[in-house]
Amino acid sequence: MSERKITIVHLYPRSMNIYGDAGNVLAVKRRLEWYGYTPKIVSHNETNVFPSECDILIGGGGQDSGQLKIMQDLQIIAPKLQELAENGTPQLMVCGLYQLYGLYFKTYEDNFLDGIGVFDIYTLGKTTRLIGNITTESDRFGKIVGYENHSGQTFFDGKKTLPLAKVLNGVGNNETDKTEGAIYKNTIGTYLHGSILPKNPAICDFLIEQATINKYGEFAPTSKIPAHVLKTTENARKVAFDLPR
Amino acid sequence: MRFYIILGKLLRALARLRGGGSALPGMVIEKLCPDFLSKMLLQLPLGVAVITGTNGKTTTTRIASALLESQNLRVFTNPTGSNFTRGVISAILEKADCKGNLPYDIAILELDEAYAVHFANKVQPEYSLHLNVMRDQLDRFGEIDNTQRMLYSLAERTTKKIVLNSEDYRIMKSTDAAKQEVDVSYFSLAPELKALFPTDDELYDDTLTKQSVISQNTQIQSKTRNNSQKLSKTLTVNATTLLSFTDSSATYLLNGESIDVKLKVRGLYNIYNVAAALQLVNAILDGDFDKNSLISALENVTPAFGRGEKITLNNGAELELVLVKNPSGFRLALESFENSNADDKTQVMIAISDEYADGRDMSWLWDVDFTPLHNENTTVSLVSGTRAYDMALRLMYDLITPTWINDDIKSALSTFTSDAQNAPINRIYCTYTAMLKIRSELAKVTEIQESGLK
Repeated sequence: MSERKITIVHLYPRSMNIYGDAGNVLAVKRRLEWYGYTPKIVSHNETNVFPSECDILIGGGGQDSGQLKIMQDLQIIAPKLQELAENGTPQLMVCGLYQLYGLYFKTYEDNFLDGIGVFDIYTLGKTTRLIGNITTESDRFGKIVGYENHSGQTFFDGKKTLPLAKVLNGVGNNETDKTEGAIYKNTIGTYLHGSILPKNPAICDFLIEQATINKYGEFAPTSKIPAHVLKTTENARKVAFDLPR
Repeated sequence: MRFYIILGKLLRALARLRGGGSALPGMVIEKLCPDFLSKMLLQLPLGVAVITGTNGKTTTTRIASALLESQNLRVFTNPTGSNFTRGVISAILEKADCKGNLPYDIAILELDEAYAVHFANKVQPEYSLHLNVMRDQLDRFGEIDNTQRMLYSLAERTTKKIVLNSEDYRIMKSTDAAKQEVDVSYFSLAPELKALFPTDDELYDDTLTKQSVISQNTQIQSKTRNNSQKLSKTLTVNATTLLSFTDSSATYLLNGESIDVKLKVRGLYNIYNVAAALQLVNAILDGDFDKNSLISALENVTPAFGRGEKITLNNGAELELVLVKNPSGFRLALESFENSNADDKTQVMIAISDEYADGRDMSWLWDVDFTPLHNENTTVSLVSGTRAYDMALRLMYDLITPTWINDDIKSALSTFTSDAQNAPINRIYCTYTAMLKIRSELAKVTEIQESGLK
């Protein structure tokens, strides 16, 4: 038990990898090591069987063509993903997969893409693209900083799912309600790239803590994040908060 | 036309007096006379060739221009990097005489993908060369598939000949766009070399081996040498193919004949871009050219600014500038530059800014593998630029700790250069606007080549 393994499953790295999503996987991996755990990264692509072990699940954004490629497999593994969400397995879904974790995506041409309904949200395709720096604030994670780039706008359809954060600067889920992202149990959805986890370590550590508690009953780091990393993270966040849209 | 030329030249002179940029006169003339561009370029007897794609435009344009000049053609081209339509207009204002004559045979223009379409809507080019589609500045174009559609639309508007990269399937989709009378030809790689040039999708597919592509190099070279005889028979004649290469030379198959050249341009992609330039020139000249002068021109082309350009400092130390603007370009630059002289002590500075021309989303840094910098002879001594802390954090997650972080480029550069004699190699990787700043700082203390940029 001394190696304290944590398995990170990267969802669809081949088709859903639009920008910097590998950074989220790297952030979780490296911080697990810094805390004294042994991370193992497993990829799930649309042609694989879903891995039997999964302590943290991370998925990224895709282009429309990438989304089409994974649709079939996503429906096949949907029961598994829903079960993981209900059991409290920590998950982070960015952009394209965030949308598909909702009920449906209606494209601008009125095509319906079925989501897997972990979040009771829906997304409508629009003609304008929302692009730029964004800052938000969440009760749980404090201030969050990143970059958004999406044409789908996401709305809440029920009470089960809560927004991840409220928007301070930028657009977020949609142009009307000033919310960004969604959270249900330990599953987080967001539009933020950046990559989001390295510059928002509170979210990264939340995923790590939940995973270790689920697997080992407690989060018990044996070592700390190096001081130069902490300091540089603070500085990078400071610069990012002062950026214009 | 004469009126606009004279007005434009006047504006240029005024802008220069005030020390301002070259974009303004172009913008004004484009507003006042929307068909200025087409009227002026229509004079050229051989017409217009557009070179576009994510990586390699500047180098390929430079090579293609040199090759055409070696055949005694007068080539009009837009200055390095100013690849928007107004940059082309400004260049015309500079080169045309006051009567409105543009004394050239052909225009070779490098255009950014979005502007290539904008341009082709105004001026249908006779020729277009499509290099590659990689993810680059997605905050501007949205998605990489959009970029592919832009190039498709450029192909639809090309009137004579199109040259495509047969190794890039997004580029190959443009084959269908060519009008019936338009001739399509290709530049390609010998099968053994394909593994060295991953497409955008392969770069992000973690099921492919992550082992350094360069390390497989030597083996592949010797293999292709033996095979090149056989290959020349099997490869189609409407393609120029890179057969094999070493650090300083390459063998291409051009019109079914293999040619060996010594090259000054460096880096994997540039060596492949030579094949692109060769095929474009071959297409323009219908295969009718003087081979010896072509080869000698090719051997004399030097790297474009910021593409491995070397600058000698007053203290005798040498600096190398490498422009990085997207994950694939940065990754390939690290692979090729850090491996080509792995035994020499190397000091590295990285300057990352986030102006519009740099790309404003820092996510791309997380798609670059920085582990080639992780070796005992390399020190990342400085990280700078407006997003210095983002870059430093990225390095730390690859377990590389930079010696200094200083977001002010001017003082960072002075620290870096004052220490430069201590290492035989001093290399600066920088984004576009960071490079402009670095060059203008260096110009104060040493002689550097005019970049054509303001």
